[in-house]
Amino acid sequence: MADNAGFGLYVHWPFCQAKCPYCDFNSHVVSSIDQTRWKSAYLTELARVRDESGSRVLNSIFFGGGTPSLMSADTVADIISTARGLWTPANDMEITLEANPTSVEAGRFRAYSEGGVNRVSIGIQSLREADLKALGRLHTVKEARDAFEIARNTFPRVSFDLIYARQNQTLDDWKAELSEALNMAVDHLSLYQLTVEPGTAFGDRHAVNRLPGLPTDDLSADMFSLTHDITEDFGLPAYEISNHAKPGAASIHNLIYWRSGDWVSIGPGAHGRLTLDGKRIETTCFSAPGQWLSSVEKTASGYEDRQTISPEGARTEAIMMGLRLTEGVPAEMLTGTRVEHLINDNLLEIRSERIRTTPKGRPLLNAILRELLA
Amino acid sequence: MTDLTHIRNFSIVAHIDHGKSTLADRLIQSTGTVKDRDMQAQLLDSMDIERERGITIKANTVRIEYPAKDGETYILNLIDTPGHVDFAYEVSRSMQAVEGSLLVVDASQGVEAQTLANVYQAIDADHEIVPVLNKIDLPAADVDRVAEQIEDVIGIDATDAVQISAKTGIGIPDVLEAIVTRLPSPKGDITAPLKAMLVDSWYDAYLGVVVMIRVIDGTIKKGDQILMMQTNAKYKIDKLAVLKPQMVDIPELGPGEIGILTASIKQVRDTRVGDTITHERKQTAQALPGFKPAQPVVFCGLFPVDNAQFEDLREAIDKLALNDASFSFEMETSAALGFGFRCGFLGLLHLEVIRDRIEREYDIDLITTAPSVIYNVYMRDGSTLELHNPADMPDMTHVDHIEEPRIKATILVPDEYLGDVLKLCQDRRGIQVDLTYAGSRAMAVYDLPLNEVVFDFYDRLKSVTKGYASFDYQMTGYREDFLVKMQILVNDEPVDALSMMVHRDRADMRGRAMCEKLKDLIPRHMFKIPIQAAIGGRVIARETLSALRKDVTAKCYGGDASRKRKLLDKQKAGKKKMRQFGKVEIPQEAFINALKMDG
Ligand SMILES: Nc1nc2c(ncn2[C@@H]2O[C@H](COP(=O)(O)OP(=O)(O)O)[C@@H](O)[C@H]2O)c(=O)[nH]1
Ligand SMILES: C[S@@+](CC[C@H](N)C(=O)[O-])C[C@H]1O[C@@H](n2cnc3c(N)ncnc32)[C@H](O)[C@@H]1O
Ligand code: SF4
Ligand SMILES: [Mg+2]
Repeated sequence: MADNAGFGLYVHWPFCQAKCPYCDFNSHVVSSIDQTRWKSAYLTELARVRDESGSRVLNSIFFGGGTPSLMSADTVADIISTARGLWTPANDMEITLEANPTSVEAGRFRAYSEGGVNRVSIGIQSLREADLKALGRLHTVKEARDAFEIARNTFPRVSFDLIYARQNQTLDDWKAELSEALNMAVDHLSLYQLTVEPGTAFGDRHAVNRLPGLPTDDLSADMFSLTHDITEDFGLPAYEISNHAKPGAASIHNLIYWRSGDWVSIGPGAHGRLTLDGKRIETTCFSAPGQWLSSVEKTASGYEDRQTISPEGARTEAIMMGLRLTEGVPAEMLTGTRVEHLINDNLLEIRSERIRTTPKGRPLLNAILRELLA
Repeated sequence: MTDLTHIRNFSIVAHIDHGKSTLADRLIQSTGTVKDRDMQAQLLDSMDIERERGITIKANTVRIEYPAKDGETYILNLIDTPGHVDFAYEVSRSMQAVEGSLLVVDASQGVEAQTLANVYQAIDADHEIVPVLNKIDLPAADVDRVAEQIEDVIGIDATDAVQISAKTGIGIPDVLEAIVTRLPSPKGDITAPLKAMLVDSWYDAYLGVVVMIRVIDGTIKKGDQILMMQTNAKYKIDKLAVLKPQMVDIPELGPGEIGILTASIKQVRDTRVGDTITHERKQTAQALPGFKPAQPVVFCGLFPVDNAQFEDLREAIDKLALNDASFSFEMETSAALGFGFRCGFLGLLHLEVIRDRIEREYDIDLITTAPSVIYNVYMRDGSTLELHNPADMPDMTHVDHIEEPRIKATILVPDEYLGDVLKLCQDRRGIQVDLTYAGSRAMAVYDLPLNEVVFDFYDRLKSVTKGYASFDYQMTGYREDFLVKMQILVNDEPVDALSMMVHRDRADMRGRAMCEKLKDLIPRHMFKIPIQAAIGGRVIARETLSALRKDVTAKCYGGDASRKRKLLDKQKAGKKKMRQFGKVEIPQEAFINALKMDG
């Protein structure tokens, strides 16, 4: 599974300006960051994971967070140029950076581009002022639109994220907002239904019934299928549960995850997967930023754990990640599972030796996976 | 050995929570039978479940030495008996071993249903009865009213009732004096051949089977060769002791005395409560009449949640049965639940106690199927069948008629709740036998089908009366009625573990309630699921569980893979707790909860 699915590098930047109430990412708010210390830790880690992976063609670099648009452009540029030297960059290597749409960050876009970033993914989240507030975001709709304009004039490829199925959002509200978004979009969009994660501020509020107006099951199902229908009609069909793109514009990096390719990861809490001597290796870095940093500085490794995943476990992952994609998985991957009746029930379908979800099955993927794998 | 005139044997009868265990504790403590530092509350309730639930399940005994005001020292033997109706038969047997009873009534509550049921057993056993009014420390205590009630309702003289507070200790010396002066001493002939009654037996992890005896005539010593006259089994006595309440060896027991013996008896099942114990060489001429063994009246299937634990379950049930002759079992297979056991119990509490012990002491998760009573099925061809399990119900076309067990239920309830109680009894197909008043409390006597009572009747009664009603019953016999087998179909597949016998007039309501319940208890699937109740081929109730429409994770990237994979592994473990019916998975709690009715 690994070789033809590509090879990527993930860089995790764990800091944000403020913690959003719905967010369960490994993100932290701190008063000051020693950019040079962090830069040298990342560079130390790069050399080490290069030893681990061996020489490979590098298809993608992804700066995720947290808020990587708070990294100094200089750090971003050094990581990119070092990685280019350590591995063999593919001709079409994708270099993505996640950005938040405030004016300060937009001001750094030019420098990131000069450092080698060729794709940004902007966390716009909503095109409604009140909803941005409810989501605890620091930017306004106008700032978001302005940042997006700057980005599309700066980078060859631009995507943005929206969160829907928000409090008090009706189907018509979302339909209108989505149409505006599609008119803005270039060739890629990520559209996530709001997930109330335990351990977040929203999670706490929800637990005591203080998060009113969330959609019912039926409404969220309707919103999901509406989203898939409208984006498809608009020429940006879903290529994954929450990701939509013009043909050929899918994120090379994220496809590595969903196709169970290999990737090395550096930065706090980052997870990697490598296939070495036919074994699937799972790597985990220390989550706490301080702990990761001092571990790298003292032991020249940020790993908290490195384990071999059993073939069964690797197959489970490949199926659960692969079925998220519209293209599905190779049919033989599902032999021995209860795939038959899922096909009979029109939840899965076989097309040219691949099994994929049907439009009916897509919103039920977790239930399908339980059926297949649990 | 103590001479007869210095022995008093007694039991305490009371409604639950009126203070029986507390009084027993005080009697034990105030006589120095147990040192203060060894004292713990509810001393005679030794099982965890007894302590937790505050109930007595097993009879227990304690020997107390009491120096009375007359200067003599007396031996007082207290047999503590269970208060719950499930164990009523056990109580009636233990009562044969003593001559008197303390009737404890909570002076702030008055006479309750179990007061009546238990005191009638004491009267049946020809006991001398000393009324004791407890909890006089409470402001709500109304000694005069309750004394009057005892006279009116029970018909015994309460002018000399002893007034106490078992909690504070007030009146405890008076209770001890009353035992000595007002209860009779036992009768017996020390020169006659040994005649002793087997009062109870239980299994002890260290000693094996322990037998509680009451000597009637003659004497018994360690090393004696004895004969149990009903089972015709012979044993040599290894150990003879009295309980204080810990075991203290004693060389000899004479007429009127109560103690325990061990004799290399293998199983509790080898002993018969009520059997006569005599010497093998010099036998008594006349054996005691003996007792009928207790008969299970409520049956249900117990299945391990995890099929792999079937052998563990067999072992657990075998062990529990060693200690409880009233609990019956046989293997059962269910299409849905796999291998398990069909078990018989004395009542619902007994069922719960056994189930709790299996789950707790043996660490096995269980699925319990619908409790059922024994039906007598009369076939067209003249044969009859005792039906313990609705799954075994023959085709109705071959059945002539069916009889079901009935009970006489006595309910005492404050006036303001009487209407609700009468309605509940009516709803459960009850026939009113009697309705009288005792002060501000009504006493309703109903003839009810047992099958209507095994399903949560007691819970309903508690909830409609806010806990103020008390309830007791006795079995009365069998009567024909229009009974049918109701099946539950989930996604058109019959679920045998949920089928039940119901009265035809109640079937529609039960069926509807069951379908509604299951609709809440079964998680939504990717397809819609019809849930139906049917009699024969005819559907009498139907609900539809709508299909799950959306269950998908919005964000899942490289960093989420491990967590998601582990979640799937966990769900794999959770699936073991589900049962597969065709395409539908039913969680184990559904089987238990579906049977709890709200109306
Ligand atoms: N106030 C008061 N409470 C009592 C007295 N005797 C028992 N109790 C309480 O009544 C409850 C039931 O007592 P218990 O002896 O367990 O009753 P049993 O169910 O008859 O064995 C317990 O909470 C006791 O502490 C008493 O004389 N006065
Ligand atoms: C790695 S996150 C954060 C990127 C960036 N820091 C930001 O917040 O704009 C990527 C995207 O996941 C989405 N997301 C985060 N938490 C979410 C949640 N609880 N429910 C749905 N979507 C969420 C947001 O759209 C977010 O832009
Ligand atoms: S900015 Fe993004 S990563 Fe940071 S807290 Fe908000 S959602 Fe989380
Ligand atoms: Mg008690």
